[in-house]
Amino acid sequence: MKTKAKTKKKPAAVKKRGPTREKTARKGGAEWMLRLYVAGQTPKSLTAFANLKKMCEEHLANRYSIEVIDLSKQPQLASNDQIIALPTLVRKLPEPIKRIIGDLSNIDRVLVGMDLKPIK
Amino acid sequence: MRGAKKIHLGDVLKKIPTGIPGFDDITGGGLPAGRPTLVCGGAGCGKSLFATEFLVRGAVQYGEPGVLMTFEETAGDIKKNVASLGFNIANLIARKKLFIDHVHIERNEIEENGEYDLEGLFIRLDHAIKVIGAKRVVLDTIETLFAGLSNQAILRSELRRLFGWLKERGMTTVITGERGEGALTRQGLEEYVSDCVVLLDHRVNGQISTRRLRVVKYRGSTHGTNEYPFLIDEAGISVLPITTAGMNYGVSRERVSSGITELDKMLGGGFYRGSTVLLSGTSGTGKSSLGAYLADATCKRGERCLYFSFEEAEAQIIRNMGSIGLRLEPYVRKNLLKFHSTRPTVHGLEMHLVLMHKIIEEFKPSVVVVDPVSSVQSAGTLDDSTNMLIRLVDFLRMKKITGFLISLSSAGSKSLETTEEGLSSMVDTWLLLRNVESGGERNRLMYVLKSRGMAHSNQVREFLITSQGIKLMEVYLGAGGILTGSARVNQLNLERAQTQNVKEEFKRKQLALEHRRKAMEAQIEALHAGFLAEQEEFARMAANEQWQKKQTEGYQQAMARSRRIIRK
Repeated sequence: MKTKAKTKKKPAAVKKRGPTREKTARKGGAEWMLRLYVAGQTPKSLTAFANLKKMCEEHLANRYSIEVIDLSKQPQLASNDQIIALPTLVRKLPEPIKRIIGDLSNIDRVLVGMDLKPIK
Repeated sequence: MRGAKKIHLGDVLKKIPTGIPGFDDITGGGLPAGRPTLVCGGAGCGKSLFATEFLVRGAVQYGEPGVLMTFEETAGDIKKNVASLGFNIANLIARKKLFIDHVHIERNEIEENGEYDLEGLFIRLDHAIKVIGAKRVVLDTIETLFAGLSNQAILRSELRRLFGWLKERGMTTVITGERGEGALTRQGLEEYVSDCVVLLDHRVNGQISTRRLRVVKYRGSTHGTNEYPFLIDEAGISVLPITTAGMNYGVSRERVSSGITELDKMLGGGFYRGSTVLLSGTSGTGKSSLGAYLADATCKRGERCLYFSFEEAEAQIIRNMGSIGLRLEPYVRKNLLKFHSTRPTVHGLEMHLVLMHKIIEEFKPSVVVVDPVSSVQSAGTLDDSTNMLIRLVDFLRMKKITGFLISLSSAGSKSLETTEEGLSSMVDTWLLLRNVESGGERNRLMYVLKSRGMAHSNQVREFLITSQGIKLMEVYLGAGGILTGSARVNQLNLERAQTQNVKEEFKRKQLALEHRRKAMEAQIEALHAGFLAEQEEFARMAANEQWQKKQTEGYQQAMARSRRIIRK
């Protein structure tokens, strides 16, 4: 799967936590950084990606970036981010980091898990 | 079996040595190559240690790199734990002989949504194996996944897939699992890992704990099915393989001196090298002293002696033996004599045996003294202690070490000739020390009850301990029975006096005879003299007569002449 990301650049201070991050979020112009770990093009990963894209379009219009990491091509990243199950969705921003494993077929639960309120 | 195919060597299951002392002996080579082995047991049994040692020794001793996927402890903790065994983990990791990957699963961090699989784990494992070219893998402990992920169906199917995956790649894997109620593991891992199962146990019996290991299952190979004791010390795990594999040990015809010349004579030269001697007796009969004499004699020959003492400390023994004329400290200093003193209740019997094995292997003595073996009973049941001693005797025989076992018989037992341990039939020579009371004192007697393979004296000897050492004296067999001690001395004195009397009598008679002879000779002399005198007298008379005759003739002639002259 080719990486389809709106922006590939990560902000320089992505690993640091800080009050600045939160303020930006509240301002409403926040970047949602989502990372999807997959292992090649399996039905589950395709489903997960599709579900994720759909959810982001609906609830996070233009505020998100999805980075897809193919662990079969970069296995060393699995250990660093403690990935065991695939596919795994990691919300890097806004903090705190949240994880969901699975193909994300239960959208409502994903929303709750990602701490997104449904659009009114 | 008629018609059975001949088995080619290539078909036989290949085994991977673990490097853990004793374990490879029990399994006939080690763990099955390329297959998963399950090591299960309760908490604190040593499963993780077993698995880690398998990896580390594989890397250090056999040059096989290994991957450790740890689900419970962090990599840092493991490094510290193993460092205490003397292995330099950082070095191994740097040299790419070892790869430690910590898998962190936190239930409340994970949310499950839809279908997933554990491909991430596979990828990590694959990556680790490829990076160092691993041949060994340890998963410790994979049951943590069950705590972290709730979808059991996915989990179990992925586990099945994992073990197949590992088998495909020819990885020899060790998986640890926590003991479950009624099952080998809590999560039933034995379903998937059924090639080899090792069970570790940590039992407490009468306040003494013992660790045991059992190979429950080993597909494709014969294995010792008994429980083997093992110990964990600063060098890791040591398993004690029971040496009941046949009694085919070699024997020697060489004799070893006991340190006491009279005893050697009674045995026709001494003990056979590599044989086992039992010395039993009641308290205070001097058994330890005999043991020390043997140690002394061994060290004098330049051989090493190991003295296991369950009652006295080293300094005590040395001091006490000094009082009978034995100087043992020089041998200790020259490392020819080594003492090992412990109370029997400090560990379990198995642990004692394992420790003795270890010390014997390290020190390599030619004589081992155990003083006393009867005290090991306090560390276990009668059967267990007999068992343990039999194994010890077997071990000594196999190593061709002369064993000297001292046993304390209780004074109240029915007969001193039945040692409770049943050891008497196991040993080659049996010496018995007995106290005998007579004439208001107690003296010691020694018997050689049996000595296999040699003509031994059946005479009882009195056993004397003096400040110049031990002496064996012949007892006096008198009309009233055996006389020992002062009674014997008394009797000997009497006999001496008697002999003296007889001698004097003889002398007296001899003198009397001499006198008589002299008297007789004098008489003969006198008679002879008388006879000579008479003979002389007779000769004189004869001479006189002759002269007289001559005179008379002369006279007559003279007369005749004178008469003619006148007539003219």
